[in-house]
Amino acid sequence: MLTVRDLRVHFPIYEGVIFDRQVGAVRAVDGVDLDIADGQTLGLVGESGCGKSTVGKAIVRLVPITTGTVVFDDIELSKLEGAELRKARRHVQMIFQDPYSSLNPRQNVGSTIAEPIKTHSLRQGAAVGQRVLELLDAVGLPRGAAHRYPHEFSGGQRQRIGIARALAAEPSLIVADEPVSALDVSIQAQVINLMEELQQNLGLTYLMISHDLAVVHHIADAVAVMYLGGIVELAPADRLYTEPLHPYTLALMSAVPVPDPVVEDRRQRTVLQGDLPSPANPPSGCRFRTRCPFVQARCAEEQPVLREVRPGHKVACHFAEELAEQRVSVR
Amino acid sequence: MSKVDNSTEPLLAVTDLKVTFNTRGTTPVRAVDGVSFSVRAGETLGVVGESGSGKSVTSLAILGLLPERGVQVEGSITFDGAELLTSSEREMQAVRGRRVAMVFQDPMSSLNPVLTIGRQLTEVLRRHHVCHKAEAPGRAAALLDRVGIPEARRRLDNYPHQLSGGMRQRVMIAMALACEPAVLIADEPTTALDVTIQAQVLELLRELVAQSNTALILITHDLGVVAGMCDRVHVMYSGRIVESGERHPLFAQPRHHYTRGLLASVPRLDLVGGKLTPISGSPRDVIDWADGCAFAPRCPAVTESCLGTPPALEPLDDTFVRCVNPAPLGQSMWKAD
Repeated sequence: MLTVRDLRVHFPIYEGVIFDRQVGAVRAVDGVDLDIADGQTLGLVGESGCGKSTVGKAIVRLVPITTGTVVFDDIELSKLEGAELRKARRHVQMIFQDPYSSLNPRQNVGSTIAEPIKTHSLRQGAAVGQRVLELLDAVGLPRGAAHRYPHEFSGGQRQRIGIARALAAEPSLIVADEPVSALDVSIQAQVINLMEELQQNLGLTYLMISHDLAVVHHIADAVAVMYLGGIVELAPADRLYTEPLHPYTLALMSAVPVPDPVVEDRRQRTVLQGDLPSPANPPSGCRFRTRCPFVQARCAEEQPVLREVRPGHKVACHFAEELAEQRVSVR
Repeated sequence: MSKVDNSTEPLLAVTDLKVTFNTRGTTPVRAVDGVSFSVRAGETLGVVGESGSGKSVTSLAILGLLPERGVQVEGSITFDGAELLTSSEREMQAVRGRRVAMVFQDPMSSLNPVLTIGRQLTEVLRRHHVCHKAEAPGRAAALLDRVGIPEARRRLDNYPHQLSGGMRQRVMIAMALACEPAVLIADEPTTALDVTIQAQVLELLRELVAQSNTALILITHDLGVVAGMCDRVHVMYSGRIVESGERHPLFAQPRHHYTRGLLASVPRLDLVGGKLTPISGSPRDVIDWADGCAFAPRCPAVTESCLGTPPALEPLDDTFVRCVNPAPLGQSMWKAD
């Protein structure tokens, strides 16, 4: 069980010739609450710069947390330092986006996968090698791969190596940051299916970070939509996709192309105007108001809180109920 | 979608294009292996393929942007009746950028980082003698305005790093449109962009085709983009077109197993659940077209007749298919609709 409360990650901006002084902060993550039950998958979607990757990195403590708590299986990850943190990290592993830069080119695959096993003393002696072979089997790579180097593998195979490395620490939570977006279309499905299989067999809990709504729809039980450092909508996957309530989610869904000309021809498009505002200087009130097609005076004055509009369906919009009446669906 | 007059001559015709890269010490690589297609004014043509399928090399060959050394280009590319492959660099310069323009994938690396947007736009206008020097800034601002960049005048003094990815791609499109080209080639124009920005850029391209009767060649790996934009679609695999046709019959009843595999491996936003059916292996597992079908090692319906002789691109009902054992009609791709 992962519980994230009021997570904030602010990156300071310094200025000055001799003495640096802080002149502001990029509020990459600004008050995020998340819960993932054991064995479940939470999809975290949003566009580049919305802070979704920073949330993932903060959970595995790869970026400093400004305020807020991250609790996983009764361990408060956000409080730990040094040796204790390293010990706790075994339970929370990460799969990275780019399989080309996340593997050491000069370390062979066997040694890459064995490293977490040795670091956490999970196996001794010959059992380490045996475990590496088991992991290669689990991710569908030939056993001979152990003696080869990353450059000998294709993108999809490298991503499998990355998954095997994450599994080597025997984690219960895996944070997967865009695990398929660097892969070719025909390969993406292989990796998604592998991740689903592993979840069923090992009872893993996933935080799936992606910009691809269709991929998240396929794999996630619940989905959180992020915009400019905050969650704007959180709901069970089926509910979110059939009845999106936040105007941003609506726009996002109508922007995703569907590979079917019949659907494409009859769908209504809500094309958002403009770009994402700077997280160093977010708009007052609702963060989305500068691009929202339904913006009202109240939106500039008061920041909407993430509130339960339907059972289990949370939305951060003052006018969620009104929008629900005349909603536009994906079709 | 535009109304295309099929009686008119094609504006740009590519016939049996072959591009071979010769690298010292290794066997030559044929990136494009006999590709033929044509576009008419006002038509949007989609070219779909994964990395290594030869789709980008095709577009570079059309514009004569491939290096001369070590690259062999064969076949024929005609624009408005004139052969481009045998034309001199001088003749090519009169066509490239002016009559046939291109929008590249990565807007950051295709703009010069040390020159202002205005300088780069006016350069195109001046180079092709579109207008006088004094008029150039006004024209440049009008172009930025046309592609939907707010405060166009002020933006002329901006450097590329001061613009967001979507804005930069708009600038690239503005540059491509500077000479009102007859053919616009867009190579993965939205791949580097977020979905909401992608929707803006695609909308812009749609408007352009409708307003100026431009022929658009859209090169992409995204089947969704093609489904909503293109009149006709070519699916490429390992340097050859494996299936082509009008978008409706092609997406409703794909006959080639590669096209079917691609469609079955992408999760769809509007359909729930079900296991994805990936294509086994990777695009690296190919055999030479000379030895049979290049897709055979990954094909779920491979037979003995797939090896030996290369299949030809033949008409089959509503589409053209390069397969000796195509999927039967009536087998729907989708579990629900």
